[in-house]
Amino acid sequence: MPTYRSHVLVCGGTGCVAGGSQIVQARMKEELVKKGLDKEVLVVQTGCHGMCELGPIVVVYPEGTFYTRVQPDDVKLIVEEHLYKGRVVEKLLYKPSEKMESVKHYNELPFYAKQHRIALRNCGYINPDNIEEYIARDGYQALAKVLKEMTPDDVINEMKTSGLRGRGGGGFPTGMKWEFCKKSVSDKKYTICNADEGDPGAFMDRSILEGDPHSVLEGMAIGAFAMGADEGYIYCRAEYPLAIKRLKTAIAQAEEYGLLGRNIMGTNFSFEIHIKEGAGAFVCGEETALMASIEGERGMPRPRPPFPANKGLWAKPSNINNVETWANVSPIIINGGAWYASMGTEKSKGTKVFALTGKVKNTGLVEVPMGITIREIIFDLGGGIINDKAFKAAQIGGPSGGCLTEAHLDTPVDYESLTAAGAIMGSGGLVIMDEETCMVDVAKFFLEFTQRESCGKCVPCREGTKQMLLTLERITRGEGTMEDLDKLEELAVMVKESSLCGLGQTAPNPVLTTLRYFRHEYEAHIREKTCPAKACAALIQYIVNPDLCRKCGLCAKNCPVTCISGDRQTPYVIDQSKCIKCGTCLEVCPFKAIRKE
Amino acid sequence: MKITSLEDLRKIKASATDQTSARSEGKTRIIIGLGTCGIAAGARAVMEAVLEELSKRGLKDVSVEGTGCIGMCQQEPLLDVIRPGEPRITYGLVTVQDVPRIVSEHLVNGRIVEDRLIGRAD
Ligand SMILES: Cc1cc2nc3c(=O)[nH]c(=O)nc-3n(C[C@H](O)[C@H](O)[C@H](O)COP(=O)(O)O)c2cc1C
Ligand code: FES
Repeated sequence: MPTYRSHVLVCGGTGCVAGGSQIVQARMKEELVKKGLDKEVLVVQTGCHGMCELGPIVVVYPEGTFYTRVQPDDVKLIVEEHLYKGRVVEKLLYKPSEKMESVKHYNELPFYAKQHRIALRNCGYINPDNIEEYIARDGYQALAKVLKEMTPDDVINEMKTSGLRGRGGGGFPTGMKWEFCKKSVSDKKYTICNADEGDPGAFMDRSILEGDPHSVLEGMAIGAFAMGADEGYIYCRAEYPLAIKRLKTAIAQAEEYGLLGRNIMGTNFSFEIHIKEGAGAFVCGEETALMASIEGERGMPRPRPPFPANKGLWAKPSNINNVETWANVSPIIINGGAWYASMGTEKSKGTKVFALTGKVKNTGLVEVPMGITIREIIFDLGGGIINDKAFKAAQIGGPSGGCLTEAHLDTPVDYESLTAAGAIMGSGGLVIMDEETCMVDVAKFFLEFTQRESCGKCVPCREGTKQMLLTLERITRGEGTMEDLDKLEELAVMVKESSLCGLGQTAPNPVLTTLRYFRHEYEAHIREKTCPAKACAALIQYIVNPDLCRKCGLCAKNCPVTCISGDRQTPYVIDQSKCIKCGTCLEVCPFKAIRKE
Repeated sequence: MKITSLEDLRKIKASATDQTSARSEGKTRIIIGLGTCGIAAGARAVMEAVLEELSKRGLKDVSVEGTGCIGMCQQEPLLDVIRPGEPRITYGLVTVQDVPRIVSEHLVNGRIVEDRLIGRAD
């Protein structure tokens, strides 16, 4: 086997693949052969690095040089300059800003400096399609330890000591959940991995499945051993084809090595894993609806109790955990629960992965210790707000979560503090908003989502969210009344308290928090018929300033509804009755003669 | 092959660790000048000799890096050795014949090869 002096890691996560990383990878191999370097340099496809924004990402080891936005035409340069002549290709390095120096090494990026990667430990570092690379990083050591040296109770105690809480949104202590399921007596039990990931904009779970599928398989096997299950399901939405493909490969490889299947590692513990593809309904992420869906029923929630630990899949005791929860299990077993519990805050231990999106400079995937402040995430890791605009709000927890304001920037990120502020930890969606975001519009956006995704089984959720949405739509059109606000609040509380499942119980959160922290914006829409952020189409106008107009006609040429008129002699005017407020004219005007008000 | 014991897993881990060793940090580094000047003076052959010597001796925890011209072209091929916690040692006018000596003396036994030494930096 040849010793490769250098490894070139090409990101094969969904983000980078969309940016053309597969062509980059193929071109890389060709160029290496051309230069006769293919025996010295190995090309490895990895999972997501979390910096999809800057993709396609290429990292060259042993130097650890981090190249961004690598296009197929750049490959030749990397091969000839870096790999052949040892010269770093400056123009492909990441530059945090114009004035700052470019960053050469992975570890020097501010984006990574504050991260603590446990669940993401292998993402972007190993080839997910190669089980040996996982094993090289202590993979399946935890399973071996559990099978050869520990009892199921030892495992559960270790999980309890770790303080790990469910990362799917609920935050229930994982060790306790396992214990309930273990104590349930039955001839058959199931462990399930929830990979439905329905929050709009979230991609934590997808990245783990794509970048390190074995970490989930190993965690599930350990859980199955502890609880006495012999069969497992991974419920993954069909919109994640790459994750499903990598999972299938990983399962086949683990079976070949005897790490899954019958008599694992020569013991009498047997465990097999199936993949169930879901159609991508948000409600199917709710545990009881998910189980119904696996059984072939309609994905609708069932009342609890009975809890899955007693009567779950096919009425057998079952345990369901989120992808990220499962990925944390092996490191806890190897390093001990106390090690995990040494990170984080008093009641929220360890780390959490967030999908940082919206108006921040560095969007992407970050894994941070619990207790970090929202300010640190946005301004240190995220690099601040795009174009250095003012920060307005952070929406945390997806459609079930809430909006936090500037006053909350120093709130530590842990389950209790976020709940106290009216938001939730949720599964890790974190959307940053700047001064140009209208909070009523944001509430409307999330409610549109939950209203559409409501399964319709219970009345409060089905009808309540609909009425709330209609009210919000009225307000954003400038037709709301002050009574609407009271009604909205009343409805929100009613839906929250009387819905059957978590979808309805949390759907009003975005409305309630925006009402609480941004009530003045609602009032402006109602009383003054204006949208302070100038985002709601019905309440804004595009106007040509005749003094600045140079009569070039570009606006009229680009207007999709031809509602702008004028000629070389007369300044252009917008016919407000026909204008659809698309904003194209404002963008194309070279003289900034068009304004929004 | 089925893994049935800890020993089996350990073996796979050992060979897999070798495969990925180029990606791990905190080990001995050999840095070779691969600028145009270095290549003209035979640095590629030196690099290949280093790789061959390392694999002959089964030395896995050594990273081999390239670097550009550092302005001492008359001393090329240049080869630096950095052992963890020790100063950076620079050798000049390195030939393919010197490589086994540098590897066995310096990398394995920690003794600097004085007759090729041209610099030391902390
Ligand atoms: C409407 C709704 C959607 C949910 N979607 C997800 C999801 O996509 N992924 C997930 O892991 N949990 C989701 N959950 C939470 C699950 O019901 C369940 O609590 C979780 O899978 C348990 O795993 P954990 O303890 O590891 O977090 C959802 C809950 C509700 C009410
Ligand atoms: S997909 Fe490449 S960094 Fe995320």
